[in-house]
Amino acid sequence: MQGPGIAWYLGISAFLFGTGALGVLLRRNPIIVLLSLEIMLNGGNLALIAFARHAGNGAGQIFALAVMAVAASEVCVGLGLVVAINRRRLALDVDKLSELRG
Amino acid sequence: MILASAGNILVWIVWVGAGFACLASGVAVVSFRNPFYSALALIGNLGSLAVLYLLLSAEFVAAAQVLVYAGAVMVMFLFVIAYVGPRTETPWAGGPNWQSIAAVLAAGSIFLEIIVAVALNAGGRLSHTDHVNATFGTPGWIGRLFLTDHLLAFEITSIVLLIAAVGGVILGSHTKRAA
Repeated sequence: MQGPGIAWYLGISAFLFGTGALGVLLRRNPIIVLLSLEIMLNGGNLALIAFARHAGNGAGQIFALAVMAVAASEVCVGLGLVVAINRRRLALDVDKLSELRG
Repeated sequence: MILASAGNILVWIVWVGAGFACLASGVAVVSFRNPFYSALALIGNLGSLAVLYLLLSAEFVAAAQVLVYAGAVMVMFLFVIAYVGPRTETPWAGGPNWQSIAAVLAAGSIFLEIIVAVALNAGGRLSHTDHVNATFGTPGWIGRLFLTDHLLAFEITSIVLLIAAVGGVILGSHTKRAA
């Protein structure tokens, strides 16, 4: 395999996961929380594909595609929630939305 | 030999460019105040990740990444951000900002934990990589795997997507509140 080894890709993957976790914990806009979740899922995907290349096995790539489908589902439901919250004129702030009551 | 090393240097250059773009746009998504700019930075992040997938000879996953994420998911994000309208986060109400300090500490410890766990479990064995054949990662190969070895995962994925679509419709539909 030309270029950097698997460990370099895993480093990028770990950094992306940490960055996404920071965004989920730090930001209070639910849209940015969803975007940070996407970064976390993509960090996981990069690790899966790097290990698939390392093992010469296709299961990692299949798993990555399944993760992408789950991420699309999560975005669908999450953005539906954001639209529903916005329609009720509630503040888009995850600290103020912690009661789960309309 | 010279050709091989030139190709190696080229792959390194592409890797450094894509990796740096990936990390920088990831930090930008988290740090931008306006959600619209964050979504645009996430598109850059997904594009550079697709380049990394290509370097890992995952061609179909890279194409699906660009089509599904940068094509469909990000358009939905931008549409919802435009629908909600520009809203900046309300500033903190003074006082010690212990919550963000704790968030930075937690995220940093997650990062360190991943690095330590991977390095302890597979530190010496990650440097050598098996040689893969030419069909690795091509759409036909992925499709054959999906419809033979991983058929159950394929079907369950379709059910998950269906349930999410129904949930999105239910969340998005107007319901009259019982007075």
